[in-house]
Amino acid sequence: MGVDIHVENLNAWYGQTHTLKDINLQIPANHATALIGPSGCGKSTFVRCLNRMHETNPIARAEGTVRIGDIDIYKDASPVEIRRRIGMVFQRPNPFPTMSIYDNVASGLKLNGFRNKRVLDEVVERSLKSAALWDEVKDDLKKKSGASISGGQQQRLCIARALAVDPEVLLMDEPASALDPVSTAKIEDLIFELKSQYTIVIVTHNMQQAARVAENTGFFLTGTLVEFGKTHKIFTNPSDKRTEDYITGRFG
Amino acid sequence: MRIKFQQNLDELKERLLVMAGLVEQAIQRSTEAYSTRDTGLCEMVLRSEPAINRMEREIDQAALDLLAMEQPMAVDLRFIIAVIRINADLERVGDQAVNIAQRVQDLGMFANVDVPVDIPKLASLSSAMVRKALQAFIEGDADLAQSVLALDDQVDEMNSAAFKSLSTLIGQRPEMTPQALNALIISRNLERVGDHATNIAEDVIFWVRGADVRHGAIAEEE
Repeated sequence: MGVDIHVENLNAWYGQTHTLKDINLQIPANHATALIGPSGCGKSTFVRCLNRMHETNPIARAEGTVRIGDIDIYKDASPVEIRRRIGMVFQRPNPFPTMSIYDNVASGLKLNGFRNKRVLDEVVERSLKSAALWDEVKDDLKKKSGASISGGQQQRLCIARALAVDPEVLLMDEPASALDPVSTAKIEDLIFELKSQYTIVIVTHNMQQAARVAENTGFFLTGTLVEFGKTHKIFTNPSDKRTEDYITGRFG
Repeated sequence: MRIKFQQNLDELKERLLVMAGLVEQAIQRSTEAYSTRDTGLCEMVLRSEPAINRMEREIDQAALDLLAMEQPMAVDLRFIIAVIRINADLERVGDQAVNIAQRVQDLGMFANVDVPVDIPKLASLSSAMVRKALQAFIEGDADLAQSVLALDDQVDEMNSAAFKSLSTLIGQRPEMTPQALNALIISRNLERVGDHATNIAEDVIFWVRGADVRHGAIAEEE
């Protein structure tokens, strides 16, 4: 099941550049939350701070509190443990190209020491079913490589890979921006299905997509969280003029 | 800045105001026709209806196109929704003008007698409501729109008073029933015009403030 995410006074830097400024935010469990904003506003940096991926860049650092459920990820857990609890899907599908579909999905578990074939088979099947990909690849699990399927299928394979380690949170950084409309619709349907089991945070430039999939939406601008609230409110009657100017296309 | 989209929104507003001009003219002519018993004015009102109906369809289509093609958000979305609603209300004000014109034509078959209802005053008040609501729309002025809402009670009271006095007249002077009934229907038509003006004012408030004040309620923000 998903867990709440509490963010308090989160600040982040790339070198001297202060990219996130005093972010305070509560993301509810088992909901999809969309983050929108112009390029460079800090929304991707923000999600990378939720799984400590931001700090993998040697010039980057972050300060503040991020609690995933009851764990303060900057104090109570190792990056490996965090990434097991928090899956991430990126803009470009990034399956392991030399691995089979099966091994792509099983890779996280194998990395964590699982070797029992029956368990791995079950997890691979369950994960691919959860990612709405099973029916399309079940006959080629070990024959085809992760790179040999379509872009939309590759993205769902990456989602299956993320789900295989049984995370509580799924971070999605523009997961459909490189996909055609049919594949995009499948990803959006998937988000709708998955949010009953996971807490989903999705970064998107596509505001209609945010409106379709997310119950809550946050608007970032120049490293600050300008507004956070119910998606229908943000898109019909935002409280802040800057939010309104952005979503109506008056800037950005 | 979405320049073409903004131009399309401006154009939509202009088209609605052209339609509003036709509707205001129709209601003004029909009520003047009542005062003067000028059936020529009635004919003009009836002839204007197809143009109003055509404009209603065109504005609806233009608004629908913008919703589909531009996928507007926030204030722009509220503006287009307000235009669609105001468009429908204006068309119905036009219908009321036609109804009044038909009643005036009917009155021509009977003796011109005084009835105890001040139709010109009621017409002036309901027309003023429409004008004020449209002014609020032109200026995006929610405060002005709010002031329209208060006027509706006056129109409703005048219509109720007309019902009482004309019912009494029909009881006392049965031979004046046709004139009294026509006056009663016209009073009712003008009361409906006031209701449509109220709707338009509420739509302006929705557009400008994002608040749903219809039926005397403010929708939950959440």
